[in-house]
Amino acid sequence: MPSASDPLTPVSPVISVSALVKQFGRFAALRGVSAEFAPGVLYAILGDNGAGKTTLLRALAGLTQPTRGSVLILGTRDVRAVCRELGYMAHPSLLYDEMSGMENLLYFARLYGIADDRRGATNMTAVGLDPALTRPVAQYSQGMRQRLSLARALLNDPKILLLDEPFSNVDLRSAREMVTLLAQMRTAGKTIFVVTHQASLLDGTADEFVWMEAGQITSRTRELRTLETP
Amino acid sequence: MSKNSGATAGVTGVTLAKDLRLEWRSKDAINSMLFFALLVVVVFSFSFDPNAEQSRQIAGGLVWVAVLFAAVVALNQTWARELRNQVLDAYRVSPAPANSLFLAKALGNFIFVAVLEMLMTPLFIMFYKLRPLGPAWQLIPLAVLGTWAIVVNGTFFAAMSLRARSREIMLPLLLFPVTIPALLALVNATTAILTGELSARFWIVLLTTYDVVFTIACLLLFELVLHAE
Repeated sequence: MPSASDPLTPVSPVISVSALVKQFGRFAALRGVSAEFAPGVLYAILGDNGAGKTTLLRALAGLTQPTRGSVLILGTRDVRAVCRELGYMAHPSLLYDEMSGMENLLYFARLYGIADDRRGATNMTAVGLDPALTRPVAQYSQGMRQRLSLARALLNDPKILLLDEPFSNVDLRSAREMVTLLAQMRTAGKTIFVVTHQASLLDGTADEFVWMEAGQITSRTRELRTLETP
Repeated sequence: MSKNSGATAGVTGVTLAKDLRLEWRSKDAINSMLFFALLVVVVFSFSFDPNAEQSRQIAGGLVWVAVLFAAVVALNQTWARELRNQVLDAYRVSPAPANSLFLAKALGNFIFVAVLEMLMTPLFIMFYKLRPLGPAWQLIPLAVLGTWAIVVNGTFFAAMSLRARSREIMLPLLLFPVTIPALLALVNATTAILTGELSARFWIVLLTTYDVVFTIACLLLFELVLHAE
């Protein structure tokens, strides 16, 4: 089994984290994470609650500043400089409940300077939602919110997708559709990080399973079964 | 116009439009502000029974204290909807300029407070039988400058107290001391216009300077506040 410091793919990394430490007061959410991640790969980040998965993802998105260590992303340490190449989906929806799906997507598209209204409609259709839906997001089911949230993360056609619990509260059929969509995007060359507790959904699709425990990457495997059934 | 300022203006515009749309649908800020300001006017009118001359002397203070207190209610709502579903993170990961968000929020609050002032002014005139003896037109630039002074700092400090556990208390604690010079200028200028005894020019110049200084300071510091953890 390869160790965390030995990336499985020898190509030049799209993201490289070095001795990353993140402390919240006296609690260390990340304890010296070092790893490299190759382009065009779908990574499933797994681990128990409190393992540091979400904190790692937020550090990669530039939403949290490391206490120590560094993140090199697309060749720069300045995440803001490459934010157009990042798509981020968090556990909460990051959507305005009072607006419809299309209104949300049109607003967020403008933040990326996307003036073409068709982008929002295309993305909604891609995640299996009807762009003509006029009801506010507050009236969406949890699964619909998750799919809309994914559509928002894809608006800027990012090279790197950071997805935190995209399948939580999503029915199995919708979750499988989302996995198929992620596989297509990986094939198209995107690097995808999926933090999930439903690892089995990504079995056969994810290229690599990154296991975290107590703020550290403990192992990286190509097969899910190796750690799920010891 | 440079490409950067064009982008800032564009994002400011869409963010302002989004905020106005959300407020139109929820009416969270305007309803609570109106209710609060109405209470203040009614309570004050029962507490005092001034004649016309006394009204002109005290109305400046009453009006602007009522506006300031009511504005705090709206200012507390400003960022609350950005915290729901952590929507603010979607803005933070985007390339949109931080100042666009600040300007949109400040302009939105300016519109809400201006609407409140327009609705409350006739009530104040009615309850306190107000008739200005000085140049009444000066009340318009004074109201614009005073409202901006309150909302620009209020929007900034509301953002600063965003992650505080008791942000409803934190905002007035931060805002009121900083607003004292503006409030002093507003009350004195309003009284000067209503009584017609003195010129309000000095206070209007002071208020303009205050607005310029604090707007620049807020714009320079807002990015730090937005990306703070």
